[in-house]
Amino acid sequence: MSAETIEKTVVQKPSEALLSKRRKKLVTDPLVDENPITIQVLGICSALAVTTQMKPTLVMAISVIFVVVMSNLAISLMRNTIPSRVRIIVQLAVVATLVTLVSEVLKAFAFDMYKELSVFVGLIITNCIVMGRLEAFALGNKPYDSMLDGFGSALGYSWIILTVAFFRELWGSGAVFGIPVFEYVSSLFGPDFKLATNGLMVSPVGAFVILGLIIWVQRTKTGYVEH
Amino acid sequence: MQQSNAYIITFSVILTVILGLLLSGTSQVLGPMQKEAIALDQKKQILGAVISADEISAMKPEEVNAYYASHIASTVVDVNGKEIAGATAEGVDVAKNYKKPVEERQFPVYIFHEEGDPAAVKSYVFPLYGAGLWDAIWGYLALDTDMNTVGGITLAHAGETPGLGARITEPGVQARFEGKEIFDEAGELVAIQMQKGEGKDYSANPHQVDGMSGATITGNGVNNMLKNYLGYYQAYIESKKTPAAVATL
Repeated sequence: MSAETIEKTVVQKPSEALLSKRRKKLVTDPLVDENPITIQVLGICSALAVTTQMKPTLVMAISVIFVVVMSNLAISLMRNTIPSRVRIIVQLAVVATLVTLVSEVLKAFAFDMYKELSVFVGLIITNCIVMGRLEAFALGNKPYDSMLDGFGSALGYSWIILTVAFFRELWGSGAVFGIPVFEYVSSLFGPDFKLATNGLMVSPVGAFVILGLIIWVQRTKTGYVEH
Repeated sequence: MQQSNAYIITFSVILTVILGLLLSGTSQVLGPMQKEAIALDQKKQILGAVISADEISAMKPEEVNAYYASHIASTVVDVNGKEIAGATAEGVDVAKNYKKPVEERQFPVYIFHEEGDPAAVKSYVFPLYGAGLWDAIWGYLALDTDMNTVGGITLAHAGETPGLGARITEPGVQARFEGKEIFDEAGELVAIQMQKGEGKDYSANPHQVDGMSGATITGNGVNNMLKNYLGYYQAYIESKKTPAAVATL
């Protein structure tokens, strides 16, 4: 018996490194080349809605990362038992449960943030990035890889919305994370100098403009064209 | 892979039970903390009508509780202005009372006074509740001791449009109510009306405030809410008017 087990371990493939080249690609690809917002154009709704300020945007980003990673993990663990005919509703149930958990935790520990994000936390359920990753990846891959994939996609989403929020808050409210940058800069140039803020940036239109500029810059650099 | 119906149903039932247990468990564990957060938020809103938002946001939760305890007394009255014995203002759910007939409703009153001295009243804070464009709106209105001049207001909403109706939560919009008056010169209750359009100067009219562009229906909701609730509290307000204030009318 013992000899047989030894033989088996010898035959077994050497296990893949925890962060092999392939796995790194799972995380880094969605950051630029396969970015869910700028390339796949998913999750636009929340990218427009929550990005007026950095703080709620950061909370939103963390929430999305949590939901995508955990739902990818859960679905990937169940992937061989999920009946294919009801797989969409199973995915929805898992995602909805996770989103409700996030919402409840926010309500208990960050009530102000809960009020500010209000309906948009609940709307993570309908964020196409979540379901998209479940369908495209978690259903056919191992748990660890699925988590990495989800993490990468959510990170790709996060850095875009954080960038949009940075410029919207800076130009719209003259602040970053609530710190009045414009006020400080203006005071450097004497009492009569005042940097003006742009009301357009506070409205969703501002998000469209910034997002468009980001996509423009990105596609100029990567040379990506729609097919 | 095609599974049998029995398998699909069993799978769904097990999944539902697991997810259900997970959710109800979380709700049980977090429930007390959420209640605390909601109570704290209510205190912040009440205080928001009498002190500035910056001051409140600078306070830690314990400080808010302490400040509230030493500065706010409360009572509950009915529509005739009579105090209801045995009811605590913090225990009254204004939203639930909103559904009852006016005669049966309980109306909390929060009394803002000098630190530790409930007799030295600085202003009276009245809860408001009503409907905006999409969902409920509510708030707290502070009246100075002349029972006519608005000391401040906080407004909140459940689902007004961000950037339009949701602007009622902005300090800039709420500041428009400060110093306005709810009774006209003849002593009739006229409340305060938010006007249509934005950017006009209403400083000459004590009963009108500048509107919110694109959010007229939310503005009307605020107007109705003010008119209704000041009407409900009118008996109490009249009873608290100091003789001096009445004499000038």
